[in-house]
Amino acid sequence: MTDSFDPSAPIYLQLLERIQRQILRGDLKPGDKLPSVREMAIHSGVNPNTVQRTYREMEAIGIVETRRGQGTFVTEKEAILQSMRETLKNKEISRFVEGMKAMGYTHEEILTGLSIYLSGVKGSDQE
Amino acid sequence: MIRLKQVKKRYLNKTALRGIDLELVPGKIYGLIGANGSGKSTTMKLIAGLIQPTSGHVFVNDQPVDRRIAKVVSYLSELDEFYGFYTVEETIDFYASQFSDFNRKKADAIREYMKLDPNSKVKHLSKGNRGRLKIVLTLAREAPVILMDEPLSGLDPMVRDSIVKGLISFIDLEHQVVIITTHEIKEVEAILDEIIVIKNGKILVQENVEDIRVNEKTTIVEWMTKLYEKDNNE
Repeated sequence: MTDSFDPSAPIYLQLLERIQRQILRGDLKPGDKLPSVREMAIHSGVNPNTVQRTYREMEAIGIVETRRGQGTFVTEKEAILQSMRETLKNKEISRFVEGMKAMGYTHEEILTGLSIYLSGVKGSDQE
Repeated sequence: MIRLKQVKKRYLNKTALRGIDLELVPGKIYGLIGANGSGKSTTMKLIAGLIQPTSGHVFVNDQPVDRRIAKVVSYLSELDEFYGFYTVEETIDFYASQFSDFNRKKADAIREYMKLDPNSKVKHLSKGNRGRLKIVLTLAREAPVILMDEPLSGLDPMVRDSIVKGLISFIDLEHQVVIITTHEIKEVEAILDEIIVIKNGKILVQENVEDIRVNEKTTIVEWMTKLYEKDNNE
């Protein structure tokens, strides 16, 4: 399949996260129109009902708005996008921390390890 | 809507279905999954009206099913049933002449999507392309019920991918219900709404695939393997 999903996790959530990342990266900008449910389904090789569920979920959170007869658009509400940014950040951090803890690292080791690593990543702040 | 009530089917010397109850609604894609000989094809043929139950009832849109149900049921057989001397185009024409709900334009669109040459003789088509042609003929009908018996079996990954994508592109879930039988769950799990597991002529379970992923945190394949094992132990 073109885009492979983790077969052990719900696809609608994976698709949701995928679209959120596209918004974060700026591939989808505030006010941009999302592909129709059918287009998205074909493109990602998933059931249209699953895509529908993803869109519904995003609408409930407020990330997208459906305008009747026009389609689904990325919200232009800055506050919502900001909170989505926060949520995704926290999710990613918790994923990372859980993984580290599972391997037995202490908070301190994680912190020092992280700051050493980040100081080695050049220019990431300047961008 | 498709309903099976306490359906049993015996062939001469073997029992294929041992009392099946099913309810399938429009707007969904169902996967009927089970090992060889579990009763998948028998179930499909019953819904298609190609065979009659030994006991019990089969309804499509509240009509008891008989051979005439073919009017509203588009059935893809696991067998190849083409005339080899026809071209792809002639085969499509033939099907168009047989079914009043056959959409000629849609057939051409699917044929193009599947990259089938209209002038090829059917007998010269590769197995993969015969598989694609079957999809063209099945999906070009605007029938409320689409049955696909093993549409992927024996085909290479490229063909399978084009068939799965074609399916999503050309079905109309607002008006149609689709049932696919397969033992290659991996290929279709992303496009299914619900999975129906059948074993030894009995339905083990019918469940929403996303719910399985949420609740079991495992792949559908693993979930099904466990289900089969559990049933073996009982």
